[in-house]
Amino acid sequence: MSMRMLRNQEDAEDALQETFLQVYRGLKGFEGRSTFSTWLFRLATNVCLMKIRHRETEPAKLLPLEEYIPRPEEGGRPQIQDWPDKPEEVLLNKESREKMLEALEKLPAEYRAVFVLRDIEGFSNSEVGEALGISVAAVKSRLHRARLTLRGMLSSYFQRKAF
Amino acid sequence: MKCKDILEKLSEYIDGELDPMLCQDLERHMKDCHPCLVFVNTLKKTITLYKYAGSEPLPKEVHLRLHDYLKKECKGS
Repeated sequence: MSMRMLRNQEDAEDALQETFLQVYRGLKGFEGRSTFSTWLFRLATNVCLMKIRHRETEPAKLLPLEEYIPRPEEGGRPQIQDWPDKPEEVLLNKESREKMLEALEKLPAEYRAVFVLRDIEGFSNSEVGEALGISVAAVKSRLHRARLTLRGMLSSYFQRKAF
Repeated sequence: MKCKDILEKLSEYIDGELDPMLCQDLERHMKDCHPCLVFVNTLKKTITLYKYAGSEPLPKEVHLRLHDYLKKECKGS
């Protein structure tokens, strides 16, 4: 999870160590109000978000929702093309993985955190909300924008691979 | 239902959280709107690819370094 949030391997490993140290130190105070895994991922996400804030890079800006509306076909040529129907293991070579991590890194941190926890780590909307201290409605909204943005960023790359 | 309305509902549709009536409207729209159909397909693929790519286990050496780090930091505490 920290690798997908931070991309840089050294930072990700630092975050991992810091998280588990916090787990060790905080274990006595863990009251079981959330599941252990939600608590663990809350700590991990906070450590990652702190690291991202310290990087002082300009956060990416998300496009307004209207920008994602598929355009109707013009002159018989589709403006929007499908991606290849190949199995994931064929599509996911080193280059593709790199492109995907690059796109993920461009998402603003609070959107990235939701996407990583929900779609990659498989937590429910309410668990993600609990881990990040936001409402389920906010989780859904951020998740939707994150997905649309990632799709948009990866489109030209995966469309080319269809031919 | 217009393309813009579809766009707002896509995640709920993909996650199976959309009201069944709206689901039908959306599917009816996609039958006649190729761009929206492709958009939904590629959005689903985006999620699937990330899910698949994210299932890599922690490398063994990272696991060992974490173990050593915790042993050192937690010694005597």
